[in-house]
Amino acid sequence: MQIMKFIKSLAYPSEMLPPIVEEESHFDPETEHSAAKLGMWLFLATELLLFGGLFAAYAIFRAKYPVMFAEGSANLDVVLGSVNTVILIFSSWTVAVAVTAIQENKIKLVQVMLWITLICAAIFGINKYFEYSYKLSNGIGPGTDIFYSIYFAATGVHMLHVFIGMAVLGVILKRTYEGRYSKEKFTAIEIGGLYWHLVDLIWIYLFPLLYLVG
Amino acid sequence: MTDHHDFDKNYLENGKGFKSWFFTVDHKRLGVMYLWAIGVFFVLAAIASFLIRFEHLSPGQTIISAQTYNVLFTLHGAVMVFLFIVPGVAASFGNFLIPLMIGARDVIFPKLNLYSFWIYCAGSLILLLSLAAPVDTGWTFYTPYSIDTGTNVILVTFGVFVLGFSSILTGINFIVSMHKLRAPGLTWDRLPLFCWAAYATSLLQVLATPVVGITLLLLIGERYFGLGFFDPAKGGDPVLFQHFFWFYSHPAVYIMILPAMGIISEVIPVFSRKPIFGYKAIAYSSLAIALISFLVWGHHMFTSGQSKLINIIFSVITFAVAVPTAIKVFNWLWTMYKGSVELSAAMLYSLAFIFLFTIGGLTGLFLGALAADVHLHDTYFVVAHMHYVMIGGTVFGLFSAIHFWYPKMWGKMFDEFKAKIAFTLIFIGFNIVFFPQFILGTQGMPRRYFNYAPEFETLHQLSTYGTWILGVGFIYMLYTLFKPVGAADSNPYRSVSLEWQMPSPPPTLNFKEIPTVTTSTYDYGTKVEQEA
Amino acid sequence: MDWLPTSASTFAPQVDSILWLVTIISVVSCILVGFLLIYFVVKYRRRSDNDQTPAITHDSFLETLWTVIPTILCILIFIYGYVYYDKYTTPTKGAYEINVTAQRWSWSFAYPNGKKTFNELYVPINKPVRLVMQSKDVLHSFFVPAFRVKQDVIGNRYTFINFTPTKEGVFDIYCTEYCGISHSDMLAKVHVVSDIEYAKWESGDSADVENAYAGMAPDKIGEQLYSSKGCVACHSIDGANGVGPSWKNLFGLEREFIDGTKEIADENYIKTSILYPVNPPQGKVVKGYAPVMPSYQGLLSDSEITAIIEYIKTIK
Repeated sequence: MQIMKFIKSLAYPSEMLPPIVEEESHFDPETEHSAAKLGMWLFLATELLLFGGLFAAYAIFRAKYPVMFAEGSANLDVVLGSVNTVILIFSSWTVAVAVTAIQENKIKLVQVMLWITLICAAIFGINKYFEYSYKLSNGIGPGTDIFYSIYFAATGVHMLHVFIGMAVLGVILKRTYEGRYSKEKFTAIEIGGLYWHLVDLIWIYLFPLLYLVG
Repeated sequence: MTDHHDFDKNYLENGKGFKSWFFTVDHKRLGVMYLWAIGVFFVLAAIASFLIRFEHLSPGQTIISAQTYNVLFTLHGAVMVFLFIVPGVAASFGNFLIPLMIGARDVIFPKLNLYSFWIYCAGSLILLLSLAAPVDTGWTFYTPYSIDTGTNVILVTFGVFVLGFSSILTGINFIVSMHKLRAPGLTWDRLPLFCWAAYATSLLQVLATPVVGITLLLLIGERYFGLGFFDPAKGGDPVLFQHFFWFYSHPAVYIMILPAMGIISEVIPVFSRKPIFGYKAIAYSSLAIALISFLVWGHHMFTSGQSKLINIIFSVITFAVAVPTAIKVFNWLWTMYKGSVELSAAMLYSLAFIFLFTIGGLTGLFLGALAADVHLHDTYFVVAHMHYVMIGGTVFGLFSAIHFWYPKMWGKMFDEFKAKIAFTLIFIGFNIVFFPQFILGTQGMPRRYFNYAPEFETLHQLSTYGTWILGVGFIYMLYTLFKPVGAADSNPYRSVSLEWQMPSPPPTLNFKEIPTVTTSTYDYGTKVEQEA
Repeated sequence: MDWLPTSASTFAPQVDSILWLVTIISVVSCILVGFLLIYFVVKYRRRSDNDQTPAITHDSFLETLWTVIPTILCILIFIYGYVYYDKYTTPTKGAYEINVTAQRWSWSFAYPNGKKTFNELYVPINKPVRLVMQSKDVLHSFFVPAFRVKQDVIGNRYTFINFTPTKEGVFDIYCTEYCGISHSDMLAKVHVVSDIEYAKWESGDSADVENAYAGMAPDKIGEQLYSSKGCVACHSIDGANGVGPSWKNLFGLEREFIDGTKEIADENYIKTSILYPVNPPQGKVVKGYAPVMPSYQGLLSDSEITAIIEYIKTIK
């Protein structure tokens, strides 16, 4: 029993915390909102630097092995990659619409838009799954050569971010049904949206670098 | 549950038992828990270093095998760096002090702060789990050895990866807190210098940690999938790994030292009853150091095989970072000029910091000079230099903080006289351990050597004897700190800083009303016509 | 003063001059800081709890002073370091090139005339030498304290060292990039010899080598080779398990290999293992050990191999 309580407390720590945190925040809502946004921007900076490492590795190895990169890139499925790019850009737009909608208290529209975003993300993942499994079944995987290592490492880490983004947006979607957001209280939707834009932005860089070399 | 709106209860009394601590969002309790955690890891890593030094009493095997030796110096380095000194002062005293100093009731994201602590615990556990097949790569995980070795590199690097999140989230929390929660009237140029230092540290944590994150992730991929980025056998480049690694780990040096510099800037004015000399120079030099530190990582790699031009550029920038550091030393010294200096234990540690850090900094000049570094790189000279900065700097700063804020943190006083004896032992022991290592290194004794040539024996033995004095001093310091004598006033040192204007220990919510600040944090002395 | 090691190359005095320069700067700065520190503590010690202190917050002149002076000193040290480093890294035309291969845990050297040596580097005095180095496995670093030179050795890429030895004698070579269990035993020697000696050595007239062993029993020669050729790094003689099997009681022992076959450790087995340690079909790797031993083909003469076998026979 005690253990179950402990595990539950890990999942929902706020229930275990002193009530002051939930009930009476000691900061005014305006400060909270701007602080959350500043915090999120800083976090996005760290994400950019995380991928910065991958981009640096890409640049160094592409300069060193231009032929390998051209050949490897030619073997990637440009059509599937382009479809995924369009899907992600579209999902970025739907999230942006959701953020605008909540400020006008249009909860229904927020929910629809978040649903579309999640579906887009899922389609992106399914496409990626087919791409990966096709490559793997042809005996190409991480470690085949440096280009494919970069391809799998970069798209893999990006895919992980897509999943995280889906989880974040999923929780937000669930909470819209619980009536937690309104035009006065929409910080979570806004910073969740920011995160999704980042996921999109990184793909917009990855796509030409990996699929459209030479 | 107790009533959390009760301002008469201090933070230590507010709730008892494991749950009231481990699930707290109180920044003070989190700071105290970090202090405990880093203390435990410090002792663990120190024990490893004592064994290492003991092994060097004689050439060849003294007590442990070569493999055990390699494991021990890896454990010592990894635990000291990733579990002790990187979270170190910033997480412990940063958490405890920043909200008090800026006049806030907590950090801006209290729950996130708690999660950071949990992530820190999780990362530490993962790292320590690797002890099942302990890693022998050195804390730098240089490839291709770290790809090749049969030990548990994946667990350790994953642990460090997880710890990185804790570091990043804490950094974000501090930066946003200082932007959004400063009390009315507490302008940036009135902000305590500890906060400035913590701000610079947080910037480094936020901007440098992700790079080591991806590096270690790639190293894991390297071992798991054979990615090949860092493996020469697969067309990869081991020097690239070093670039990535030091791009984080050099700024990390300043993550370690800047908060300690912040502490010194708080302690010296109080015990001199003088405003800090050159507030702006110290504040801005913290930021300057933080920014320049991103551009000097290559000085760890002068002999790595990177190009000559790159070496020259990194050497220039390295000397550029030396200047703001020198400025700070003289500013601290001049703070005592015409002051009323009290040699308390905390002050002694701070003054020792100035002296030892000066030695650490000056020996850095040897290593920054290209031709000299060719000779000194990867010898004991580097080991000694690094320990003069990390122990003589950071650890002495931490000890100074532990003594200085002891009354505030625990509401009690310790025995000043005994603390000074402990200080004397630690100061003497430290110098006997590490000063001979400068000479060893100059004579060509390489680091990470299990075995050594007989001509180095005397200096090695001297260094080992020093650890015994250091150990005794350290134990005596702990003994003194664990035996408080009497209760503390709210402000025993007559400091004018905000955190001393509240009861000791502080109430859970810090301030009944958010104060309005009207003066500088260092408003000491009588304003007279300034003499030339 | 012997805080500096022997100086035996043209680069060494240059490095030493920087070490001296920075040492003097450091000592003066330390004395200055230490003096000010103690002077202030004593002169301005707290006399009563109500001491009056002036609220001095800054002093532009002083602050400029201690910004400008360190800056000048830093520039000076940088220039010194740069100028000598530039000389050190610029190869001399016509330098004597020696190929260096680092491998866990030994060094091998290949000379322009086709000669090869193992853990012993021979260079002529007063002649510019350029080492072209590569690693077969992990990172290593080539360090000769007497020459003040150091350079990491990497796989799949060449790195270089230039030096001109100025003093005859035998000097230590250390590996200074951590490379595993026997890192601290990855030692070698550099022999700086006169031109005449060098010509003699180069022409293959290894009289001096033979002379060194004159009158010695083969097992004693083997004992010397055990340390000078680097066997000691992996093979113990006290039965302890190292990277490779111990030599204690080895002779006549039945060995089981990783492919399951077995063989008695006799003279031919030992010779084959030294010359072809890991390459099938001749090479046999003992069960429980990794196939990491380098081949000594061309590095040991037949008589030297015989001497080592004789030595192994004596280890009981």
